[in-house]
Amino acid sequence: MRSSYSSRAAFRFAAALIFAFLYIPIGVLVAFSFQESKILSWPIEGWSLRWYAALLENNQLLQSIGNSLKVATACVLVTTLVGVPLALALRHLTGGAARLLERTILMPLIVPQLITGLALLLILNRANVQLSLLTIILGQSIVWMPLVVTQVYARLRGLEVELEQASMDLGANRFQTFIFVTLPSIRTSVIGSALLVFTLSFDELPVTFFLTGSENTLPMHIWSMLRIGITPEINAIASITVLVSVLLILLGIRILKSETR
Amino acid sequence: MPKTRVSRSRLGLAPVTLLCCVGALLYVAAFVLYPYGHVTVFSFWEKDLYSIRPAFILDNYQRISERPLYLRVVMNSLQVAAMVTVVSAVLGYVMAWFLAHHSGRWKNLFFILLIVPLWTSFLLRAYVWKIILGRNGIISAILGNFGVVPEDLGFLLYSDLSIVIALVYIFVPFIAISVYAALEKIPVSLTEASADLGASAAKTFFHVVFPLTVPGLLAGATIVFCLSFGDFITPSLLGGSENIMIANVIISQFGAAFDWPFGSALAVVVLITVLVVVSSTDWMGRKIAGGRDAL
Repeated sequence: MRSSYSSRAAFRFAAALIFAFLYIPIGVLVAFSFQESKILSWPIEGWSLRWYAALLENNQLLQSIGNSLKVATACVLVTTLVGVPLALALRHLTGGAARLLERTILMPLIVPQLITGLALLLILNRANVQLSLLTIILGQSIVWMPLVVTQVYARLRGLEVELEQASMDLGANRFQTFIFVTLPSIRTSVIGSALLVFTLSFDELPVTFFLTGSENTLPMHIWSMLRIGITPEINAIASITVLVSVLLILLGIRILKSETR
Repeated sequence: MPKTRVSRSRLGLAPVTLLCCVGALLYVAAFVLYPYGHVTVFSFWEKDLYSIRPAFILDNYQRISERPLYLRVVMNSLQVAAMVTVVSAVLGYVMAWFLAHHSGRWKNLFFILLIVPLWTSFLLRAYVWKIILGRNGIISAILGNFGVVPEDLGFLLYSDLSIVIALVYIFVPFIAISVYAALEKIPVSLTEASADLGASAAKTFFHVVFPLTVPGLLAGATIVFCLSFGDFITPSLLGGSENIMIANVIISQFGAAFDWPFGSALAVVVLITVLVVVSSTDWMGRKIAGGRDAL
C-alpha cells in the first residue's frame, strides 16, 4: 500500500512513543541498580556497584539461581521429549478430533497459571506428595508444553509428506526417516521453543508459587524480597536477567541464521 | 482414523504413531483434564473448622454470588482485563503496522526490540512500575518540579490505573507480534489489486487488510484478556486494598484463610470465564475467516 508522508510520519512518531514506553522502564530498572543509596528515589545521586557485590555474597539468592537453572533445564528436557511426540500425534489426526485435542493441550497456556498451580497442588496434596523442585518441574512443564507443541506442530504442517515418503521409498525405515528427514526439518522450531521455555521457566512465578517446597527458585526469592521492601539489589538482579535474556535471543537468532544458510 | 488421507496412510498407521496418539490422549487426560476437573469437584466440598470433607454442596458458589465483596472483585477483574486488552490491542496493532510497513531496513532490529521485553521477567516488569509511579517515584519527582505535591499523585500507584499500565506494558509486545505475523502473510499483490480497482487506502485497509489480521489479533487479545484476568502479581504489587483482583482472593483462600474449597470455587469462576472467552473469540474468528476461505 502506498502511504503518504504524513501517515508515515504519524506511524513513526507513534512507534517511537510506544518503544519509549517499552524501554524507559527497562532503563529505569537498570539505572537504579547502580544507585548507591538503599532507598530508591529519583534523581539518582550517588553511583556504585555495591548492589552487584551484595548479590555475590547473598547465598540464598545464589542458591535460588542454581535451583532455577535446574528447573529450567529439566523443563526444557521434559517439554521437548514429550512435546515433539505430542505434535507428531496431532499431525496424524484429522478433523474435529485433532482440533479438540489441540485445544485441550493448549489450555494450560490460556488458563491463568495460578489455576493450574493450585489444581496440581490439590492433587499432589491428596496423594501426599512432598513439594519440591520436582513438583515445580511438573507444574511448569504442563504450562509450557503447549508452546513446544504449537511451534513444532506448525512446522510439521508445513512439511511435505512426499519428502518422508520418498525417504521410505528409497529404503529407509520409519526410524531412519524420522531421524534423517523429519527431525532436521523441525529442528529450528524445537531449538526455538526450547530457548523460549528455558527463559520463561527461569522467570515463572504463579505455578511455582503453589508448588514450592523448601527450596526457592529465583522468582520466588525475588518475590519474598519484594515483600520485605524494594532495594537496588532487586534491580541488580533484574539487570542481569535482562542481559541474559538479550544474550539468549541473540543466540537463538544466530542458530536460526546458521540453520537457514 | 477414517479421514486419514491416502497419501498419509503409510506414515499414519505405524505403531509408533499409534503410540504417540494414545500417549497424547493419556497426557491430556492425566495432566490437563484431571487437574482442572479435580478443582471443579473440589469446589463442591465442605470445609469444617480444621478439615476439608468430600461433599456436594453449593455453599461456596452461593457465597460468591451473595456477598457483594466477591461480586465486586469479579467485576473489577473483568473490567481491568477488558481495559488492558483494548489498550494493548490498539498499541500493539500500531506497533505491528509500523514494523510491517514503515520500519524500512531496520525491521530486524525493531523486531528484536519487540521480543526482548517478552523474554524478560513478568515479575520484574510489574515491579518496575512501583519505582516509576511510587511516592518517591520518577513521575512524582518530575511533577514535583512543577509544584505538584506527592499527595496529589496518590492515584498513580495503588490503583486500577497502575495495574492497567503495568499489564499493558507487559502485553503490548505480545499483541504486536501476533498481528505482525498476520500482516507479513498478506501478499502485496492483494493490496495492489485493491488499489488498482480504485479503492482508497482506507477502504483497502478496512475491507482487505484488517479482516485478514483479525484472527491474529483475536488470538493475541484472547490470551491477554485471560492472563490479565487471572493475574495476581500485578495487583498485589501495584494495587491497593480497593483494587484486589480475583486471583488475590484465590491466593488468600489457599494461604491465610485456608479455605481450599472456596478458593477452588473462585478458581472455577476463572476457568469458566476463560472457556467462555476462548470459545466466543474462536467462534468469531472462524466466522470472519469463514467468508474468506479463498485465501
